[in-house]
Amino acid sequence: MDMKIPNPVRAAFAPTAEQDGRVIVNIGPSHPATHGTVQIITELDGERVLRADVHCGYLHRGFEKECEAHTWHNLIPYVDRLNYCSALINDFAYCGAVEQMMGIEITPRARMLRTLLGEYSRIADHITCIAAGLMELGAMTAFLYLMTLRDYIYEHLADVTGARVTYSYGRIGGVARDLPEGWLKRLEEVLAEYEKFIGRIHGLMDRNRIFVDRMRRVGVLTQAQALSYGVTGPMLRSTGLARDIRKDTPYLAYADLDFEVPTGILGDNYDRYVVRMREMDESVYMIRQCVDLLPAGPVMVDDPRVALPDKQLVYSEIESLINHFKLVIDGPRVPAGETYYSQEGANGELGFYIVSTGEGQPWRVHCRAPSFVHMGVTHVMLEGGQLADVVPTFGSVNMIGGECDR
Amino acid sequence: MSTSARATIPIRAEGGVPKVPTFDVFTTKKDEIVGWARKFSLFPYPFVTACCGMEFMSVSSTLYDTDRFGAALPRFTPRQSDLLMVVGTINHKQAPVLQRIWEQMCEPKWVIAFGVCATSGGFYDNYAVVQGIDKIVPVDVYIPGCPPRPETVIDGIMQLQDKIAKQHHVILKGDF
Amino acid sequence: MAAPRITSLLGVQATLSQGMPVLQLAPAQVLHAARELRDVHGYDMLLDVTAVDWMGQAPRFEVVWHFYSSRDCTRVRVKTRVDAADPTVDSLTPLYGSAAFMERECHEMLGIAFRGNGDLRPILMYEGFVGHPLRKDYDRHHEQPLVRYRDAKAQG
Repeated sequence: MDMKIPNPVRAAFAPTAEQDGRVIVNIGPSHPATHGTVQIITELDGERVLRADVHCGYLHRGFEKECEAHTWHNLIPYVDRLNYCSALINDFAYCGAVEQMMGIEITPRARMLRTLLGEYSRIADHITCIAAGLMELGAMTAFLYLMTLRDYIYEHLADVTGARVTYSYGRIGGVARDLPEGWLKRLEEVLAEYEKFIGRIHGLMDRNRIFVDRMRRVGVLTQAQALSYGVTGPMLRSTGLARDIRKDTPYLAYADLDFEVPTGILGDNYDRYVVRMREMDESVYMIRQCVDLLPAGPVMVDDPRVALPDKQLVYSEIESLINHFKLVIDGPRVPAGETYYSQEGANGELGFYIVSTGEGQPWRVHCRAPSFVHMGVTHVMLEGGQLADVVPTFGSVNMIGGECDR
Repeated sequence: MSTSARATIPIRAEGGVPKVPTFDVFTTKKDEIVGWARKFSLFPYPFVTACCGMEFMSVSSTLYDTDRFGAALPRFTPRQSDLLMVVGTINHKQAPVLQRIWEQMCEPKWVIAFGVCATSGGFYDNYAVVQGIDKIVPVDVYIPGCPPRPETVIDGIMQLQDKIAKQHHVILKGDF
Repeated sequence: MAAPRITSLLGVQATLSQGMPVLQLAPAQVLHAARELRDVHGYDMLLDVTAVDWMGQAPRFEVVWHFYSSRDCTRVRVKTRVDAADPTVDSLTPLYGSAAFMERECHEMLGIAFRGNGDLRPILMYEGFVGHPLRKDYDRHHEQPLVRYRDAKAQG
């Protein structure tokens, strides 16, 4: 079998002559330490990275093209699989964008549930990022602790949404279903487990000499570079700038919650680790406040433009039958126009730019993915560092393939 | 020497390996023993691309633990692994990479298609996604799910183990 | 938060779209407008570059930029229309580092050429892919495999 296998990419730089002593090393796209599938072509001088050429697109699944072929409602599973580590945030951001176009105000209970579950999902995302990063540095125990904790969160979310990883729980106009009985009690148990496990991680990592040596002053990103390269989220906050959409222009129920926005000092890997750990603590604090403030009421707005009618009515009334049929076959009709709606995803500003022509199917949906933009700045953080620093730096960027490549 | 003076015992060729009927009991026992050894010492190459990777991490961790099946220790080089677990969507950009990795693995090797995207393209029926990795590599076990629950993955691994146990294991090829 | 909002730029009035100011400019004005937004009005971050294919209309493509001010926490949208015959706009890479990757994606997906961006290699698609997938006349199911498929009989 000697058929030539084509190379899907073209590197930005060609191999230099041998006597230079420089070597071109290809990292990825199938690599244990590139979380998600990304190719980094590096030019090395010994162990030092001179140039890095980052290639993504190995998980491009045609999300935006699929969006033009399905109804607004049927896109919710596709949107889930963008940032699959915190799938609920994607659901709610997309549904929020469509609701903004339609002028729908979701119910108070739905708003609080979205806030609570969004923060819960954010915890799962940060856990995954930190666990993977620690595993790459050799800290298997920390990885296993965090995976155990994340599994508790997954099982718990499966109780309310029905799935562990990609939930499809958001709906245009609210959420799919209400919390089952005993869910809030189990939530308190999971948060107690969180405190136990994260306490262990703090003990193992925070002042661990090896960890600090490998992460401090590695992968430094200055604030000016971050702003120029469009960096948002924990990466921007690690450079010292306290920009967080939840605080600056609150949406959902964030205006009613009390929380801090943690920032770093140097913009290096260690700061990103600390910012994510602190953000998880803030998320837990917010979740507890949400539980206290959770109002009673329906979880879906009573608007025939988006809400499927009650099944009993569908079987007995012709209007409800037609409404149900139209919503499923044609999709909810979104008025013509466009909007850009963004929320604070786990990686930064997750934006949806949607264009509608008044139909039940979108004309254009574009996802502004923070991971994709952060891939544009990765080479800045890698160049000048060591080859061994490529792995922790890349891990701290938290590139999620589904979001980066869409 | 004429060929008619040779071979008075009838010989069957199966999979290129000449088998003598009266010696079947030895080859069957050999297959069973080798199958038992191979099925409990799988070295997976986790070719992780997408969301299924989350469930792969979960199934490899403490609560579900593939280590008790002997299938947890990943070898991140195709030269040292025998089980290619294709976890997640494979798109056309990734396809050459997948093919190269599969060809770099030595025999015996098996392939698990983990998740519906690897099985059939999932619900991404468009220009970017390969509609099932069996268009590129031969697959032994398909694990459906989007993503599959860890129990489903374990069931898939056990089915692969059954398949390996019943397989004919070629130690010496006929042309050795 | 009452933040200063753009009402007009380069003589063009801004419209409001769901509360966000939108500036519809001519293609030649875009680079100058972006420079003014960054240097004068404090929009220090380019959030997004994308385009919309209005097939059937002329001019066919609408290129859309979103800017963000980290000082005031506001966003502004800049749009322009280009023809299918010459879908070229100025690149914002001299002003923002984030433009590099985003313009590459916009180019490969919709065919918008960015004058001044020296590196327009495919980023999400692969070398050898012909066409621009997000254009309305690109069939969603038209695959261009890089690898020869196995024989159907040999499968399994």
